[in-house]
Amino acid sequence: MSSITINQQEYALPSDPRTTLLDFLHQNLQLFGARKGCDHGQCGACTVLVDGERMNACLLLTFQLAGKAVVTIEGVADNDDLHPLQQAFIDNDAFQCGFCTSGQICAGIAAQRELQEQRPSAVWFDAYYTRLEDVKERLSGNLCRCGAYPHIIEAVTSTDSTPEA
Amino acid sequence: MPANVTHKSQGIGAAMNRVDGRLKVTGKANYAGDSQFASPPLIGWVVGADVASGTLTHLDTSGAESQEGVHAVITHLNSVEQAPFGSPEDMGRFGQSRAMLNDTTIRYAGFPIAMVVADTLEQARYAAQLIEFTITPAPISLLSEHQEAQVVPEDDDGGYDPDAGIGNIDAALADHQRFDMTYTTPNQVSAAMEPHTCIASYDGEQLEVQASVQILASAVDCLASTFKLPADKIRIKSPYVGGGFGSKLGLHNDAILACIGALQLQRPVKVAMTRRQVFHNAPHRGKSIQHMALSVTDEGQLAGVRHHSAMPMAKDYAFAEGTGVAARINYQAAAIDSQHRVKVVDSPMIDSVRAPGDAIGSLAFESAVDELARTLDIDPVTFRRNNIAPVHPITGADFSTNNLDRCLQEGAAQFGWDERTYRTRGTRKNGFGVALGMRMNMIVPSEASLTLHPNGELVVHTDMTDIGTGTYTILTQIVAEHLKVDANRITIDLGDSNSPTSSGSGGSFGASSAGTAVLNACEALSEKLCELAGLARGNSLVQLAGDNVIFGEGQTQQQHAVPHLLNSDSPLTVTGSVAPDEGNDEYVQYSSAAHFAEVEVDTITGEVRILRQHGAFSAGRILNRKTAGSQLKGGMIWGASYALLEDLQQDPRDGSFVNCDFAEYHIAVNRDIGDITLQLIEEPDYKACKLGSKGIGELGITGSGAAIANAVFDAVGVRVRDFPITPDKIVKQLSETR
Repeated sequence: MSSITINQQEYALPSDPRTTLLDFLHQNLQLFGARKGCDHGQCGACTVLVDGERMNACLLLTFQLAGKAVVTIEGVADNDDLHPLQQAFIDNDAFQCGFCTSGQICAGIAAQRELQEQRPSAVWFDAYYTRLEDVKERLSGNLCRCGAYPHIIEAVTSTDSTPEA
Repeated sequence: MPANVTHKSQGIGAAMNRVDGRLKVTGKANYAGDSQFASPPLIGWVVGADVASGTLTHLDTSGAESQEGVHAVITHLNSVEQAPFGSPEDMGRFGQSRAMLNDTTIRYAGFPIAMVVADTLEQARYAAQLIEFTITPAPISLLSEHQEAQVVPEDDDGGYDPDAGIGNIDAALADHQRFDMTYTTPNQVSAAMEPHTCIASYDGEQLEVQASVQILASAVDCLASTFKLPADKIRIKSPYVGGGFGSKLGLHNDAILACIGALQLQRPVKVAMTRRQVFHNAPHRGKSIQHMALSVTDEGQLAGVRHHSAMPMAKDYAFAEGTGVAARINYQAAAIDSQHRVKVVDSPMIDSVRAPGDAIGSLAFESAVDELARTLDIDPVTFRRNNIAPVHPITGADFSTNNLDRCLQEGAAQFGWDERTYRTRGTRKNGFGVALGMRMNMIVPSEASLTLHPNGELVVHTDMTDIGTGTYTILTQIVAEHLKVDANRITIDLGDSNSPTSSGSGGSFGASSAGTAVLNACEALSEKLCELAGLARGNSLVQLAGDNVIFGEGQTQQQHAVPHLLNSDSPLTVTGSVAPDEGNDEYVQYSSAAHFAEVEVDTITGEVRILRQHGAFSAGRILNRKTAGSQLKGGMIWGASYALLEDLQQDPRDGSFVNCDFAEYHIAVNRDIGDITLQLIEEPDYKACKLGSKGIGELGITGSGAAIANAVFDAVGVRVRDFPITPDKIVKQLSETR
């Protein structure tokens, strides 16, 4: 298998084995939504969903993703209908400059799924942890220098249907 | 749409959603690196110096040049002609030449010495590793002790005099209980999430540039100065900026290098700084050493306030930060003595980082003041309320408006200051802190055009930028309110240097400056339409409804079709502008803030967790409650990050920064932040500008960090005077007192 599916469209893998998924999106496909904030997996601006799991596109070599299905921010909405989390980001003003937003939304979608599936996070080992801290912990891999954090949390929690544990 | 149905939710002040929100949540807002040029850009990869000062004595690019896909390796040996760095002298610093790759002098660590231009990023990055170079280092000079800073800067950023004061400071300090304190703050960076990125294209005549920059007009000047090109042959677009915080006020290496590549190869060339390069090649805030001496009467009145600031100034770049200005404005005192000195150092460029002066000045000064209140056992809110100034403490000028006392009083009430309760959870103790902030307000010349199309649509053109501040949205609201027109009939076109020159974004002046220009354009359009309809000028009620204009109301209401009024198919364009003297200069203009924080400190590990922050702010009329709140909360988070986390460390041997990534330079992440609430104490300030608004972009940070530092002291009795307050420093003091 030598192709990769991105937002439901199939593409041949790049010929250069050094090409990261993020650079493939930018250079080869002109899909700029996943953002390069650090290229080191430290900021989360390039977060995409690979077979439903959130990953930093800057840390993945594209040739390793044969047969995988990737969803980027451009593939999150259902055509003109925004994903509920996208709308919640607008309504809660969960961004300012917008550069980290693509990654925040992809991470938020994945985090909601992790909560649904009751996957543990680091705060589960703290005797006093709250649900709110759990959500914050799960979204702490996505930096936002504008400081939209409180509104990001409001957007993610307001659209999260997971029952309280 | 009929008249008078402008949604209340779209007028000035409404908590309207961002008009660019949909683009941003779908990943479709075009930032500088998203090429809009017809042909894909070549990629430039930068090789930087590994020492802070010296001479490039050996350079071999042959290995790189022979690599597949490489179009050029550009160095000082083959670069295009440039004017000397910093020329012309009479131009502001953002409009001067930022020449590089033009000689063998190394100006700072990370300074570009070569650029590989290749078809792909992978090719350019690899080839760059094959460049061999030798730099003969020169001795470097950095700031380590306060007394090394002996140079008096010409002025401090924001137009402040380096020295200011009133009264006899020696007597005021000698006659009362005196406190001497030295606080330090470290090097810090803006760390906007979008690294500086530029794509330039040159067709032999016109230089077209996609840049990420806060102010466009001076950026055009910069390229004209650097490359000796006429300004009208340069066009810069910057419709979306992925965060600026001062680091994008001017153009930086990415832009100069992309233009060098484009001019040389006559192809579009893209240069994106890597995150590591941003730390060295974008400006940073220098460390500060703040000597303070304060004295207080037995009744708890401040008598003497001395603040002497020492900071570095980058070689060849005259920027000095007004770190002590909080000491000049926050409180009245019989004597005030504020002084700024700098030392010229071999550091990368030092320039504005969000809230120059106030961000780190308030951090130190409001911590120092807190030490007095705590030592004298006076409630820190009461102490502040008893000492804040009714007029400017030094000049005696009246404030245009000043709600600082209400911020403190009403903020304390909403935070529950008087009901604060202490508790211990396991090894953690909680504590509470307060601090205040005053941030100067200013207007910068701005112009905008407003075009009415025959179909009734309105378009604003201005070279203003939206760096996340919400400019697109608030300008929409100003037009919507003035002409009673639905927001979806309005287009705001920003970030194009061909448009009328605005203030740009920076110094918290953007919204009031660009906004007043747009308001004036709206009034000009109303007047022009009255004139075209043959009505008396100054008929204030002019509304647009679809492609009709409605004049007046009730019995005298008249309706005219836009195409009929325009008497042609061509649109009607008017302009509006604002200049600083439109504000009332006999008054001093400040926005005010009171910050409250509750933290929990682990007495074993020294870890600080912020439980909650509350801010009470007064900044004139609020243009959009939603976006204003976001900006203020963002500033509060910066303050938290400054108090506890941020520290850019410099290697004293070679002047380079050590921790140039987000694993090592910590900025606040989501879980570092507790609950954040705020209240807006709104009082339009029409002496500040016609809109009644004042700056908020830097208000949120001013005082925020000190409230957290003061809460740490309240929790465990530890006062850390060298920021940031990291666990090791807390543990050290706790173990000393045990």
